[in-house]
Amino acid sequence: MPEQDGFEERLRQARARQGMDPPPGGKGALPTAGWGIGFRAGVEVVSALVVGVGLGWFLDRWLGTWPWLFLLFFVLGSVAGVLNVYRLISPRRTPGR
Amino acid sequence: MATEGKTIDALSQFELGTVFGPVGASVGFTQSSAHMLLAAGLITALVMFGMSARAVVPGRLQALTESMYEFVSGLVKGQVGEHEGRRFVPFVFTLFTFVLFGNLIGLFPYAFTFTSHIAVTFALAFIVFVLITVVALALHGKKFFGYFFPEGAPLWLAPIIIPVEIVSYLSRPVSLAIRLFANMVAGHVMLKVFATFIVLLGGLGAIGPFVAVLPLAVNVALVGFEILVALLQAYVFAILTSIYLHDAVHLH
Repeated sequence: MPEQDGFEERLRQARARQGMDPPPGGKGALPTAGWGIGFRAGVEVVSALVVGVGLGWFLDRWLGTWPWLFLLFFVLGSVAGVLNVYRLISPRRTPGR
Repeated sequence: MATEGKTIDALSQFELGTVFGPVGASVGFTQSSAHMLLAAGLITALVMFGMSARAVVPGRLQALTESMYEFVSGLVKGQVGEHEGRRFVPFVFTLFTFVLFGNLIGLFPYAFTFTSHIAVTFALAFIVFVLITVVALALHGKKFFGYFFPEGAPLWLAPIIIPVEIVSYLSRPVSLAIRLFANMVAGHVMLKVFATFIVLLGGLGAIGPFVAVLPLAVNVALVGFEILVALLQAYVFAILTSIYLHDAVHLH
C-alpha cells in the first residue's frame, strides 16, 4: 500500500522523541566488552540472590517460619537472577516485552 | 603499615577514621565525608567558574563543563526520550559527576575513595530506586503494578511470576551498588598489592631493585586502567539510571 503523507516517518519521529525506540547508533548503549558483560551478569545474579535471601531471612524472622520462606525466596532469588541475566543479554524493548 | 610483618595488607586503605581533630571526632566526620564534600565543592567550582564567562566561543573550562553537560543530557534524552528526559537531566548529571569525581579523586595519593564503600554506593542507588518508583507511581498510578505481571502471561503462572518480578525489581539498587563498589575495591586492592610487591622485592638485597621494576611497571599500567574504570563506572551508573528511568516513564 503506497504510503500517504509520510505517516510512517512522522510515527517514527514521534516514537523516537518519546524514547519508545532505542536510539539509532551507539550513543547511550552499554559497553559490551567481553569481561564487562560477564562481570555485569555476575553482579546481576549475586544481587538478585542477596535480595531473595535477605527478604526470605527477614520474613522468616518476622513470621517465625524458619527455614521455609528462606528456602522459597532463595529459589525465587535464583530465578530472578537468571531472569536478570536473560534481560541483560537479550535485546531490550522488543515489542510486547 | 603496608608491609607490617612482611604481609600484604590491602584492605586497611578502606578503613574509616575521623578528621579535623576533636571537632570531627565528636560528630563522626570521617575522611570519607571530607572527600564527599571535596567532590561536591570541586563540581560546584567547575560548573560555576566554567560557566561564569558565558562565552559564545568557550574557553577550556567552559568547554569541559559544556561537553560534560551535553554528554549527560544526550545520554538521558537518548534513553528516556527527548521530551520526558529533560526533567531528569539535572538529577543524572549530579549523580554522574559525583560518582565520577569520587572515583577520580580516589586515584590521587593519600586520597580516599568514597565510592569504595557500599554504604555510599547503596545510598546513591537507593535514591535512584526511590526516584524511579515514585516517578512510575506518579505517572501511571495503579498501572505501575502491572509491571510485575506481564500482559498475556497465563494466570496460573502468577504465583511464580509476581514474586520473581518483585525480587528482580528490588535487586536493581543492589546490583547498581555492588557493581560500583566491587569495581572500585578490586582496583584499589590490586594497586595496593602490586605496590607492596615493589617494597617487598626492593628489599631483596642487590638484585632487589631490578626485580622490583616489574611490579612498578604493572602498577603504572594499572593506574591507567583505573582511570578507565573510574570513567566507565560513572558512565555505567548514569546510563543504568537512565534505563531505569525509561522503564519508569514508559513502563516496559
